This record gives sequence, C-alpha cells and structure tokens, in this order.
Amino acid sequence: MNDKSILNAAGQPPLLEVENLRQYFRISRRQTIKAVDGVTFRIYPNETYGLVGESGSGKSTIGRSVIRLYEPTAGSITFRGRDVSGRLSADDEKMLHTRMQMIFQDPMSSLNPRKKVVDIVAQGLDIHRSYASRAERSEKVFAMLEKVGLSRDHANRYPHQFSGGQRQRIGIARALIQNPDLIIADEAISALDVSIQAQIVNLMRAIQKETHTSYLFIAHDLSMVKYLSDRIGVLHLGHLVETGSKEEIFKNPLHPYTKSLISAIPHPNPIVEKKRSAAIYDVRASGIDYEKGSLRHVEGTHFLLAADDEFKRWTKGA
Amino acid sequence: MDDTILSIQNLAIEFQTSSGTVKAIRGVDLRLRRGETLAIVGESGSGKSVTVKAVMGILSGNGRVTSGSIEFRAAQGEAVEKLDLLNMPRKARRSAVNGKRIAMVFQDPMTSLNPVLSIGSQLTEGMRLHLKLSKMEARSRAIELLNLVGIPEPEKRIKNYPHQLSGGMRQRVVIAIALACGPDILICDEPTTALDVTIQARILELIQSLQRKMGLSVLYITHDLGVVAKVADTVAVMYAGKIVERGTVNDIFYDARHPYTWGLLSAMPDLETSGDELYTIPGTPPNMLGEIQGDAFAARNRFALNIDNRVEPPMFRVSDTHEAATWLLHENAPRLQMPPALRERIERMRKENNAS
Repeated sequence: MNDKSILNAAGQPPLLEVENLRQYFRISRRQTIKAVDGVTFRIYPNETYGLVGESGSGKSTIGRSVIRLYEPTAGSITFRGRDVSGRLSADDEKMLHTRMQMIFQDPMSSLNPRKKVVDIVAQGLDIHRSYASRAERSEKVFAMLEKVGLSRDHANRYPHQFSGGQRQRIGIARALIQNPDLIIADEAISALDVSIQAQIVNLMRAIQKETHTSYLFIAHDLSMVKYLSDRIGVLHLGHLVETGSKEEIFKNPLHPYTKSLISAIPHPNPIVEKKRSAAIYDVRASGIDYEKGSLRHVEGTHFLLAADDEFKRWTKGA
Repeated sequence: MDDTILSIQNLAIEFQTSSGTVKAIRGVDLRLRRGETLAIVGESGSGKSVTVKAVMGILSGNGRVTSGSIEFRAAQGEAVEKLDLLNMPRKARRSAVNGKRIAMVFQDPMTSLNPVLSIGSQLTEGMRLHLKLSKMEARSRAIELLNLVGIPEPEKRIKNYPHQLSGGMRQRVVIAIALACGPDILICDEPTTALDVTIQARILELIQSLQRKMGLSVLYITHDLGVVAKVADTVAVMYAGKIVERGTVNDIFYDARHPYTWGLLSAMPDLETSGDELYTIPGTPPNMLGEIQGDAFAARNRFALNIDNRVEPPMFRVSDTHEAATWLLHENAPRLQMPPALRERIERMRKENNAS
C-alpha cells in the first residue's frame, strides 16, 4: 500500500491504525479462545468509527486491546504515529493514557461508589499532575461537568445520587477532561432508556463538533451506529467481515452476515414490519471459512472479507 | 361478542420503601382480547413490569394493590369462567392459573432458569404438577416442545444444563417451559432485551408463529418500538404508572396524539434518520414518591399547557380504537402539530407502504 492511499479525504493521516490485531485468551493447556483474529482498520481524526457485531464477536475486546487493557497477542496498533502494541515506554504510556480515553457500558459499575464526582472526574488529572493548584483542579472539573450538562453543585455528590443518564454523563466528563483525541465508547448507551439514549448521543455529537475528537463507537444497536458513525466495521467471530462508510455498508451490504444483521433490525413501521422476516445466516451451514478469506477492496473505503470465489459471488449482483 | 380474556380495571399499586411510599401504578385499565397481541411500551420505571407482575401475583413483598381488579376469563369448553385474580387465594391461583392458564417469559434467560437443574426437569415440572402427566409422558411432550421452539436434537438437549446453551437457545427453552401446559395467555416481559439483534428477530418470529399455531393471547412488554411494530396488534403507552395513549399499532405509529408517544417515536433513530440532532425528551422520568400534581409528563413536555401543571388530563377519545390522555386533545386546546422530524418519518413510512 502506498502512503497516499491511507490519507483520508482531508489529507490527514489516520489517528489510529490497527493492523492484523490478534487477541487470544488461553483458557487451559488445551484450549485457547481466539477472541480477535486478524482485524485491520483505521480511524481518522474527527471521525466516528462504529464497530458492530453480536455478543462474543470480539468488539469489546478490540476496544480493550487498543487502549491496552489487554496485551495484544499479535499485530500492530499505531496511535498518533507511535506504535503502542508492544512494550510501552513511559512516554508512550503517558501519551496513550491521556490521549485515548474510554466510556464504559454500565455507568454504575464503572464509577467508584465511594468517591465524590469531583474526585472521579479529576482522577486522571491527579495521576498526570496536570494542574497547578487545587483551585485550578476544581475549575477544570466544574467546566467539564457543565460541558456534559451537569452543574457544579453535582460535584460533591456520590454516584448513587444520580440517574443512569446522569451517571453516563459523569463517565463522559471523566473521559473528556484529558482532552483526548480518541474516545472508545464501549456500549456506552446500551444500558440507558430510549429517551435518555438520544440525549447522550446528542451530547457525544456536540462534543465531537467542539473538540474534534474521534470515537470508536462499539454497539450492537445498528440504527444508533448508523446515526452516529461515519464508517462502520462489522465483526463476526473475531473477524472483521466487512467495513466501509455507513452509506457503503447500508446501501450495499455484501457479506451475508452484514445482510442478516441489517435485515434483523426491526423497522418502526408496522405495516411493512409485519410482512417482513429476517434473513437467517448460519456460518457453519453456509460453508464460509473466515480463515481462508482476506480483506479485499470493493470500492472507496469499502472492504470485504472473502475468499476468491466468494468475493466474485457476493459482488456480482452489485 | 365480548372476546376479552384479561381485563384490568383501575389498578393501583404502591410499594413501601425506606424513603416512603412509591405509587408505581396509578389507575391502569387494560383489556386483552382472545388471540390478540397487546404491547405495553414505556421507559424503565413506568410501571409496565409491575402491572404484569400483579397479573401473575408475583409482586415483591413490599408491594400492595390498593385498588382495582384483574379479571381473567378462562374458556372452559363453551362456557367462560370468570376468575378474579386479585381476590383468589394464593394457593388456588398457583395451582389453577399460574403456569397453566397464564405463563410468563422473563427478560434474562440466565436468571430465570435454574442452573442446577437440567432443562428436561425444568420443562417437565409444570406438566407433572398441572397436567398430572407421568414421567414418560411429560418427557416425550418436553421433546415435542423443544422441537416446536426450534432446538435441534431435543433428545440430547433435554439432558443439558442451562450453561451449556447459548443465550438464544436458553430463551427458547424458557418459551418452551411457558408453553408446556398450553396456556391461554403468554406474558413476555422484554423477552429479547438481553439477546442480539439477529437472535431477537428469530425469537420474535418464533413467538409469532407459536401464537398463530396455538391461538395464544400475548401480552408483550418492551421499550423497543421496532419490536412493537413487528409483533403488536394493539399498543398501550405507559408513563409514570398510567396509560397515556392506547390504540391499534397503526394508530400509534401513524397517528400518535400524546407528546410522550411523539417523543418516544422520534427519539429512536430509524435507518433513514440523519441530521445533526436526535429529538429528545428532556429531563428524566418523575420521582414516584408522593403525589404527582397535574400531568406527570408536564415537566418534560415541550407542548405542556398551563392546565397540565394543575389538573391531570382524562382520556380523550380519538377514534373507536384510539385514545390519549393529553389536554392537547381538548376542544379548547391550541391546535399543535407533532414535531416535524416525526411528521417526515411518517410521510416516508406511508410512501414505503404504498410502494410495497
């Protein structure tokens, strides 16, 4: 691949490059789980990359490997031009831990119940000693709380005094206070009610507009992913089976798994929905072997995991 | 002819908690017809689960029904037997109704199955008790049921334990258990929330096909309007322990009248939604401790009128099948339009319908 081809439309190099990432977990002497098996994707500045797939497909594992909660088994991860997949130098570690942040699914279990909101949000600042005085620390926290739609009165409360949506706002404030380039949102809205989901999604969008941060948005709700993401990667059994811009994926899904995923979303339109039935996809029955396939270019940013004959078959109709 | 199978009238339920009395249900009227699917939609805390728990008689210990009635009209051949579920002795209810005439499927199949019993023994338990089947009869019927819900190799699976099955398979087992005694009513409390979309679609289609085969009446609880569109015949929208709008599924999706329903419909993006901001319902659901003055939704309602803060709106009739509890339907209320994003979507859906 030449160097030009990895720039985005604005001529920017990717913020995050994940190349052939493998993450295995050894369960016992005989058994190893290949949670992520050779996944390649890029995220550009100021963009949202959505990862979708069923539970067990490895989408959360990818997020956790990228931010180095796990030790990747193989493959390379390049973040802001620096390799962060192997052993980290103190400098790289600091860069990774400040410039990349994470928002978790369950806002209750991801906030320490014994700490006040101000200390939860400021913890990153404390660790990296990024303030000169106590007053500056509080000011930074207050500003951040206001940015996520809470008020400074909330700073001295404990997490249990908040509703689910507010707790998720605290999680977002904690991530944002480091001024990150990339935020990994791991099912960040799945545990929330429909009306609250929309509030959080709007907040995430507003923040992106203001700070130009990128998101790795991990979710299983395809309609939310489509709404929020610029590009989408579809995962199945640890393999990235298809990736492309949201238009490419939704207007022209090629992989049978992507097709079944899209057809499974219920449309909020009763007359159409009553007549529709979802496409069923069974890997074993279809005889598709992900190991044999390789990621092939379809058009634009659209890639498809397929072997030679599969690629011909699936792209023929398009 | 009156084909009502379950009728809930003016039901009110309170919970005693350490911080005071929570009025979880504040006067709910519901009617389920024979063979029909009724969906109850609402956010968490709106009281939808509590309502069906009252039907099953499995309210938690601090819950108390303060008023209302739940009547179950069981068909006994030609005759119809009316059972007052709330005033039945607990024992009689458990032996004659629960599991036998009214069965329930819960949200999380891992917690609703017993991990130390094989699925075979969990499947046959109800049949042995309610239908007095012998061990062998019950076993062969259990195998039939597993077949019915689409579990391959039922003879082998019957010996498995819940942890040996995937989430979708477990939920199929739970459905099989619910159907074991041939119930009249199946209550599904968010049966697919814990499952993946692809599995969800298959479980929903399974419930639909079983409903047609066995003539079940289904009471569906969900917060996912996509699911409602797929399965429901009629819909009841719940907010803060009350039903705020009810109608046929088409009434609700194409002609919603309550601002809360507008909010729910618009807050969920469909695959065509684009644009900078999703429509949101501001704020959070009300605290149910103590009295609520006026319309419970008023504080979050962009279209709230003055009267909403003082007087609770009654149900206004829109058509024979459709009613909504909002002052906007009063003849003196200003004529308000639903949010433009929602109007556009409904237009789009109508076009889609004409095209298909």
